[in-house]
Amino acid sequence: MNFSSVTIALRGIIANKMRSALTTLGIMIGVASVIVLVGVGSGSAAASRKQLEGLGSNTLTVIAGGFGFGRGGGTQSRKVTITDADVKALEDKQNAPDIAQIVPTVNASNATAVLDGASTTPQQVQGTTPNFSSVRNYPVQYGRFFTQADYDAHANVVVVGSTVVKNLLGEQADLSSVVGKPIKIGGKTFSIIGVFKTKGSNGIQDQDNLAIMPLSTIRDTLSGNSGTVDGLTIQAANAGATTAAQSEVTSVLLAQHKNASQSDYLVLNQASLLSTQAQNNRTFTVLLGAVAGISLLVGGIGVMNIMLVTVTERTREIGIRKAIGAQHSHILIQFLVEAVLLAGIGGMLGVAAGVAGTHFRIVNVQPLVEPYAVFLAFGFAVFTGLFFGIYPANRAATLRPIDALRYE
Amino acid sequence: MSDTPVIALRDITKTYGESATTVHALRGVSIDIAHGEYLAIMGASGSGKSTLMHIIGCLDQPTDGQYFLDGVPVATLDSFALGVVRNRKIGFVFQSFNLIPRTTAFANVELPLVYAGVKKAERRERARSALESVGLGDRLDHTPNQLSGGQQQRVAIARAIVTNPSIVLADEPTGALDSESTAEVLDRFDGLHREGRTVIVITHEHDVAERAARVIRLRDGAVIEDVRQSGHLPSSRVGAQR
Repeated sequence: MNFSSVTIALRGIIANKMRSALTTLGIMIGVASVIVLVGVGSGSAAASRKQLEGLGSNTLTVIAGGFGFGRGGGTQSRKVTITDADVKALEDKQNAPDIAQIVPTVNASNATAVLDGASTTPQQVQGTTPNFSSVRNYPVQYGRFFTQADYDAHANVVVVGSTVVKNLLGEQADLSSVVGKPIKIGGKTFSIIGVFKTKGSNGIQDQDNLAIMPLSTIRDTLSGNSGTVDGLTIQAANAGATTAAQSEVTSVLLAQHKNASQSDYLVLNQASLLSTQAQNNRTFTVLLGAVAGISLLVGGIGVMNIMLVTVTERTREIGIRKAIGAQHSHILIQFLVEAVLLAGIGGMLGVAAGVAGTHFRIVNVQPLVEPYAVFLAFGFAVFTGLFFGIYPANRAATLRPIDALRYE
Repeated sequence: MSDTPVIALRDITKTYGESATTVHALRGVSIDIAHGEYLAIMGASGSGKSTLMHIIGCLDQPTDGQYFLDGVPVATLDSFALGVVRNRKIGFVFQSFNLIPRTTAFANVELPLVYAGVKKAERRERARSALESVGLGDRLDHTPNQLSGGQQQRVAIARAIVTNPSIVLADEPTGALDSESTAEVLDRFDGLHREGRTVIVITHEHDVAERAARVIRLRDGAVIEDVRQSGHLPSSRVGAQR
């Protein structure tokens, strides 16, 4: 009997191809948009998570000059600097008990790297201290990171990211082959002592397009020694101490620079910023899902509309069926199965379209197929058919046979 | 067979509408129909014969009066029981055939068995033999719009008898047919009568009514004539009536 209901319902669907296709389309769009939009939400959340992992743990980033957030939009005014004396003051446990490690960095801008005749300009060429690798979470895959001895000796050594090697030697380059080779950066010759493990993109930039050397070396060769640094990465003593460390950094810097105001130094607690962003992403995902869910609901109302039309149009048929012995339940099931089938077919097409849609980058985010979104959207589509099918089906089933038969 | 009439109508009235606009379709109709009778109900349009047929077929309820089907008062049956009665006890043949559109002859005939909960293999067998009995064994997969009027009406007859009902109710069954198809369909009704079924035909055509052993005439919702036609279809049971 169940099989027969499906056959009868399928016949009803096929009989009105255009109408069924349009109704199905409504559900299909709803399901596909749920899958794609939830995918976009979780795709951007995954990107932030990756960024967070790339940062290293419990770290703060200090940038001199600050950014003109809001008004003016992102221009950097360099009226203040971070000096070597500031770094010393921050290293003082008396001033800043919650700071465990300080990694100062000095940038060399637009330094071209040349190896075996090939050249590239790494996004970042930085001088720093030996603790960079561990604090910034940049492990070395081949060779080694520079040591305190290299630092003290102002050795011309450099550790490069995998993208730099690939830009120089091609995509298929053997990363380990460059270790020990000489490389010219900004016209000076350095020896490559290591290659960083590939980190990939953090969602904003390629984290492997960099060259790192001792701070002492870069001051001798590329940046000159002005007694200042461009940025600090500060590791707090533990995860709970980042906020305390943040305020210690601010107060130490303000004590050091009497004429500076709080806004001249940007102390970013990026871990917490990113976790806030992750929170926002979740909200974003829920919001997108809800919008898509509304379109699914609208699709469901479309199913109800079509089912009501179908019931009205087939009133006489319902009368005939009742005359030859169809019970209330037979008619109810017939139209309910038809509604659920319409919604189910729409749901399946929607899943196919949605999964296909997640293969495209949308607003620079690679959407992720979330299994829960697929099952939820499909299940909701079928439920929609059931829910919005009940009213029309019940209306059909409760028709009096004589009224249905007389209907023209 | 018991002496209980298969159909017993007592003072059946049917009115439509309220107060001033009330239409009296039936004004106290009492008829007994015995098992195996071949009955024609005649009357002009508006005489209430279709209303009577709907009441006999349990498609409609009378406003007043009592209807006993096989001795059971129909008023006491709920909608499920009425569905079962229409499915097992009564076979309908309509003037406009009333086949399910876009559905094959076979599926149309099979449908009452689906509603009766008959198993698939048996359904196929019975639907096939019902169609063969009306001479359409080679038209199983034709949809109604691929069949002539006479063929459609024969499919409808096959559908009416597939559950093996004891009563066949026909409402102007030849009204939409040419004379050749009319003869075929009426021959089938004669056959159903010979098989021992109670056949009730509603018609306004005299040649259709002539085939029946008993003719009831209605006018303005009341029985004005109830005659047994002699020299007709010597069925063993006809003589046993009242």
